[in-house]
Amino acid sequence: MKVAKIATALAFAGMSVMSAASVAQAGTLADVQAAGVLKCGINTGLPGFAYTNDAGEWIGFDVAYCKALAAAVLGDPGAVEYHNLTGANRFPALSSGEIDALARNTTWTFSRDVDLGFTFIGVSYYDGQGFIGRKSLGISSATELDGASVCIQTGTTTELNLADFFRSNGISYEPVPIETNEEARVAYLAERCDVYTTDASGLAATKSTFEDPENHMVFPEIVSKEPLGPLVRQGDDEWADIARWTLNVLINAEELGVNQGNVRSMAQGTNNPEINRMLGSEGSLGEMLGLRADWAVDVIAAVGNYSEVFERFLGTDTPLGLARGQNALYKDGGILYAPPMR
Amino acid sequence: MAEIQKSESSSGSLWTNERARGIVSQVLLVGGLIAVVWFLVFNTNKNLEQAGLGLGFGFLADQAFFEINQNLIEYSSTSTFGRALLVGLLNTLLVSVLGIITATIVGFVMGVLRLSNNWMISRMAGVYVEGTRNVPLLLQIIFWWTILSGLPRVADSLSIGNAVFLNNRGVRFPAPVVEPGFGLVIVTAIIGLFVALIISGWATRRRIATGQGFPSLWVNLMLIFLFPVLLFLMLGRPLSFDVPVPGRFNFSGGLNITPELVALWWALTLYTGSFIAETVRAGILAVNKGQTEGAYALGLRPGQTMRKVIIPQALRVIVPPLTSQYLNLTKNSSLAIVVGYQDLVSVGNTALNQSGHSIEIVAIWLAVYLSLSLSTSAFMNWYNSRVALVER
Repeated sequence: MKVAKIATALAFAGMSVMSAASVAQAGTLADVQAAGVLKCGINTGLPGFAYTNDAGEWIGFDVAYCKALAAAVLGDPGAVEYHNLTGANRFPALSSGEIDALARNTTWTFSRDVDLGFTFIGVSYYDGQGFIGRKSLGISSATELDGASVCIQTGTTTELNLADFFRSNGISYEPVPIETNEEARVAYLAERCDVYTTDASGLAATKSTFEDPENHMVFPEIVSKEPLGPLVRQGDDEWADIARWTLNVLINAEELGVNQGNVRSMAQGTNNPEINRMLGSEGSLGEMLGLRADWAVDVIAAVGNYSEVFERFLGTDTPLGLARGQNALYKDGGILYAPPMR
Repeated sequence: MAEIQKSESSSGSLWTNERARGIVSQVLLVGGLIAVVWFLVFNTNKNLEQAGLGLGFGFLADQAFFEINQNLIEYSSTSTFGRALLVGLLNTLLVSVLGIITATIVGFVMGVLRLSNNWMISRMAGVYVEGTRNVPLLLQIIFWWTILSGLPRVADSLSIGNAVFLNNRGVRFPAPVVEPGFGLVIVTAIIGLFVALIISGWATRRRIATGQGFPSLWVNLMLIFLFPVLLFLMLGRPLSFDVPVPGRFNFSGGLNITPELVALWWALTLYTGSFIAETVRAGILAVNKGQTEGAYALGLRPGQTMRKVIIPQALRVIVPPLTSQYLNLTKNSSLAIVVGYQDLVSVGNTALNQSGHSIEIVAIWLAVYLSLSLSTSAFMNWYNSRVALVER
């Protein structure tokens, strides 16, 4: 009927007018609290940083940060919706709003901070890029890798550093592009490539999964600075502050001697004013962030302080066997330094 | 009869005038569509500004700083994003063209075999068609890549005459190195090709007019091959080969075809070939059985009947769906990213991550695939109009 055609045309026009009512820009904090769950982006699977335990739950160094942030904002470290992201889709997921925070061993660089429009809330792990290869290759330095096939994850800073390293040393290589760490492991073990390059922590993680780790060596060259840290979207400073100070709480807790075991008793009050301010028995730091007064207590009760998280997932007792090295507190010979909580 | 009043068409009110109603509803619909599109563009721009990302193609001139392992043109890590995308596009074209050629051959052969009178052959062709048609292409690509990764390691390469080497990083064969004088040989061959075409046309016209045969096949072969080869030998063989030599990690020199390219090519060939086989079978079955019987009655053998009577008529039915299959193959080549073959989508993905300009790169993808598809279908439609039967 003719009337139906006019009605359809009017409906189209009406729909377009109604949908032009723009979506109000609500803060991420309000969104997360309204949803009751934190959407956190993690790796698809990297031993030590994001992996599943026997019960199928996600655990790891980066996962611990997600739990800490959820504990700070929602009071419940289990209220996290994990999104497993590859190197290719991690940034679009964050900028589109699919996730609220990204804790996926991501390097803090100029272009990601400035050009892509993100805010890095700190460095959770100071790393560097290295190479792993078989000892049977008979070389001792990465500068002897002229003509080698190198497994490389696409869309990462690793890819750019690799090209720069070979170019500055005047040697060439054949890239074997792969999407995930697991693919790289398979290709490397099948000898599709001679060496695999990624952050030194990732190399340790991968090497720990080999059947014969003693036949493989990590070359001495560390060819880049890779400060790994969580990031959030630009433009929401309130949310960025919460994310930043969650990380700082973990580091300050280690410095002040607060750990998972004694945090509840210390929350009653101590004779150290800084601990009291941090745990909420003095001052109003939680209120300034828009959170509860005992937000930091929940954080440390959920995951522990920085050293507990490190030792549990990356430390010398784990298959990765990484020493604190640069990631120790500044007082212990490393460069980990968080601003004071006052 | 003349009394019938056209009461609706010419009365004045906008509501009851049929033509006016039609115009008004069309205007409203077009206005609504424009409003939706304008809103989408405006909203996207506003969100991009808020996120701090500008929209613009200037980033294509920035240096890419990543390497591409299979490049048909010069490329290094200091080349621009634009050049990287061009390399990816050439890789897509390479696998698409190779795939189209082999898929057509496989499809035609299998389609005809499925109609064979030999029960075993037709059933085996049927098994092939049903098997590859029903398994997702992604799984087939991964299957072939996994098989190819079972090839021996570089240290244990299989070699043919110490010049061609096969291992799990690809097949390496000698690359021809052109020396001065070879250009003359190529020019001679091209001239020979043109002369051969002219001679074929002249011989056909002479045969139609007078019935006299002409050994045009032999003359053409001589023109295209014999004269250039003689010239080549006379000039002292101006063509050398860059034979791959084993290095510490890989072979150096020669051309390499990666297992990713081969896996993608085979999977595309077999998958699209099965669809083409069914299209060919449909086309052949669409030709009137009387044509076959008439050809046999005239004394033509089955092979000649198929080639000269059936297939030319079947092409009318085959070519439009064949166009669709070619377009499918071209677009399915974007699955290259799953095996690490750096085609347009794979390189664009890397560029998207390194530069952050997702919308521009997706727009480039859309524009490139759209133009590839449109030009393929335009060519096939022209070919279709040529082979179409002219109805009197």
